[in-house]
Amino acid sequence: MENFFLEGSTKTPELKFNGDTGSFLIEGRSIPENSIEYYKPLFEWLDAYVQAPKQKTVLEVKLEYFNTSSSKCLVEIFRKLEKAQAHGYDVQINWFYEEDDEDMQESGEDFQEIIDVPIVMNVIQG
Amino acid sequence: MQPTDIIVSYKGAPSTGFLDDLLTVADDKLSVLETQSKLRKKVYHILVEVLQNIHHHYDYNSKDDNSAVMCILARNSEGGYVILTGNFVRSEEVGHLKAQIDKINSLNTEQIKELYRSTLDNGETSSKGGAGLGIIDIARRSGQPLAYEFKDYNNGSSFFSLTVKISA
Repeated sequence: MENFFLEGSTKTPELKFNGDTGSFLIEGRSIPENSIEYYKPLFEWLDAYVQAPKQKTVLEVKLEYFNTSSSKCLVEIFRKLEKAQAHGYDVQINWFYEEDDEDMQESGEDFQEIIDVPIVMNVIQG
Repeated sequence: MQPTDIIVSYKGAPSTGFLDDLLTVADDKLSVLETQSKLRKKVYHILVEVLQNIHHHYDYNSKDDNSAVMCILARNSEGGYVILTGNFVRSEEVGHLKAQIDKINSLNTEQIKELYRSTLDNGETSSKGGAGLGIIDIARRSGQPLAYEFKDYNNGSSFFSLTVKISA
């Protein structure tokens, strides 16, 4: 299937979703006023991907900032990956945060609490 | 009242570019002023949320000349920060906003975390993206009660001011 790629900006993250390898990346800042508008094409792409996912899918989340409207979108992305997992495919989310960034660490833990896919915490050394 | 340094301030119409401009200036200034990256990120994050909260609740139908929004970010002498915002909201929204902030202010840190998680888990994603998550997030990151005031203008509009404190 075609890959999904969106370049980042000062308010929106880079989205790099490779459908051939199952290796996904969200990186940068995610603080648009209307996050749904930004993420909607990705939602649609993911809906198609989870119909026939790779045996292993790894999503790396390397966000510096994200607003609460983006956090809703992240939940939606993770929920789509839950579907692939429910059908017997391997899914892992790698959550990255800077060493002293307790808020970003806690955000990762929030998702761990409500999402069934394993979320692995990764510290970026400062 | 401690002496404070104003980092950014804005008063005027909430034009489309105002959020972006204010955030860019605040980001630039904070990256010079605040050496603690943890605190700098927290302040910036809360500023993003309060400004987007204004954007979501602002009464755009109000044609009143006084219907400007205001926002001040300042640093106090102890190295902590305060964010002050003011904007008009439709009067019928006041009861709901008040109840929401009062509820959050009555909770301890752990309870706010739980409320955030359950709202994130269950809350509907509206086109505005909100679902009340913003104000919970602001309180959670600030770690201090939110101070607020509503002033009714008897024309269907009320002025909502919010003060968020962030300790060093």
